[in-house]
Amino acid sequence: MNISTEISDRKMKQRLLKDKIFTNVMIFLAFLSGVPLFLILYQLAVKGYRQFNISFFFEEAPDTMEAMIAVANNEVIPGGIANGIVGTLIIVGMASLIAIPIGIICGTYLAENAEGKFAGLVRFIVDMLQGVPSIVLGVIGYIWIVKPVTNGFSALAGSVALSIMMLPSIVRSTEETLKMIPGTLKEAALSLGVPYHKVILKVILPTGISGILTGVILGISRIAGETAPLMLTALGSTVINTNITEPSSAVPLLVWEFYNDPNLVNMIWSASLFLLLLILGLNLSAKAIARKWKVQY
Amino acid sequence: MESTILKLEQMPTEQKYKEKVVIKNPIEQIESPVLKIEDLSVSYGGDKYAIQNVSAGIAKNKITAIMGPSGCGKSTLLRAINRMHELYPNTHNKGGVYLGDENIYELNPIQLRRKIGMVFQRPNPFPTMSIYDNVIAGFNLNGIKLKRSEKDEIVEKSLREVALWDEVKDALHNRGTFLSGGQQQRLCIARALAYTPDIILLDEPTSALDPIATSKIEDLLVKLKKDFTIVLVTHNMSQAARISDYSMFMYLGELVEYGKTRQMFTTPKDKRTEEYLTGKFG
Repeated sequence: MNISTEISDRKMKQRLLKDKIFTNVMIFLAFLSGVPLFLILYQLAVKGYRQFNISFFFEEAPDTMEAMIAVANNEVIPGGIANGIVGTLIIVGMASLIAIPIGIICGTYLAENAEGKFAGLVRFIVDMLQGVPSIVLGVIGYIWIVKPVTNGFSALAGSVALSIMMLPSIVRSTEETLKMIPGTLKEAALSLGVPYHKVILKVILPTGISGILTGVILGISRIAGETAPLMLTALGSTVINTNITEPSSAVPLLVWEFYNDPNLVNMIWSASLFLLLLILGLNLSAKAIARKWKVQY
Repeated sequence: MESTILKLEQMPTEQKYKEKVVIKNPIEQIESPVLKIEDLSVSYGGDKYAIQNVSAGIAKNKITAIMGPSGCGKSTLLRAINRMHELYPNTHNKGGVYLGDENIYELNPIQLRRKIGMVFQRPNPFPTMSIYDNVIAGFNLNGIKLKRSEKDEIVEKSLREVALWDEVKDALHNRGTFLSGGQQQRLCIARALAYTPDIILLDEPTSALDPIATSKIEDLLVKLKKDFTIVLVTHNMSQAARISDYSMFMYLGELVEYGKTRQMFTTPKDKRTEEYLTGKFG
């Protein structure tokens, strides 16, 4: 029997056309998912660029009267978001101080005891933690810190809530990174008579530094824009506050406050733009670190 | 296909060799051994032993090769000498290994491993460290403070000993991972030497290397034996024949034959050794 393997010209053309359509639809949909970011950036930039001046970064948020007069005279609203920037730096910084060491050590434990029952339990809990709604973490911060410790809303309470939030990303990225490191490296160090804790601290962790740092930065960028937990913990403040037991402002809290004040609505765009650029910057630096500090083994 | 079947049939089994050649007091064979393995059995858990009742003395300043087919326990025996096998959970062992008069299982593994260095199958320089820091890693990681001049001296001496100095002396502060495989392996040997251990264990150190790099390492080992005692695991018989002074043949976890390499390769006492050496199995 002689089966013809020839494909008729017409059929061939049809197939090529289908191929082309499919490929183009794919490209279009991929493009579509990238569009929102640029639309958001464009929107924020167009509406917020007027506020981006020196005082925006170094002055506290304006009060409603000043803003109303400025808007009435068609001027740029005076003042800035310095109280929010300082608050965000302090709250996120303290949250990092709490979460980074715990997260890295926990992730190291999970990577070192991949099979252990306890490790499995911890891994499961960390995964669950990732799914806890952020407002619930706010409530926890309120119960743990606001009421018993600082006796009122405080930056510290915000940091505790956010540190729980950034923990899972640090733990998992540390674990995944360390799992990739070949076991021969550990053997090499142990065979030199190096004690276990030094093997971990001086050989294994430095080898995985790029992956761990990437996880840390992504964790920071995740909490930097969080609003809900801070509403129940840090509350907000109209002035720059460096006392961690006092209520403090943060950039996302300011966006919320601007939204609630008709006279300050114009500030929303610039504050949002700032927040977005901050987080984009963090993400880009995470990518850069992952590339540049990558250790070859 | 036919030849495979033939090979399998020729595979000696334990039943086939009921009457073993019993090596009389294998420790006595070696005069004043630096390391004595006495009736050592190692298990990775349960009743199954990876090596059973191994006794042997390791001769000072000689190269001792451990040969045998895959899974015969040669790596386990080697790792039992510096207790690296304990990295696996659930290991337990019977018998002892004596370094001088000390049972190594009563020593702290950290102290022990400073006396017995190890080189692995795949070159594993520390990727975050420069060539210089890799050589000196044993000191740095253990927090032993040295003067800059002492460090320089140790690094140069160790790298000269492994014949790597001329190749890397202008790039000492580059990462070790940018070297070729053979150079990396020599760097790893230098790292083990820098610590001046009594014994160096090598676990198939050339199996990941090309022939030229392999011959460089073999030359190096022959040169090194005047200062160090070397124990080498290899599944390359010709390598054992080329460079070792004493050879062990292991099969199914048991030390079948142990003696002078020349003698073992010319007149093996055990039939299994003969069959392995003539390529009938393994």
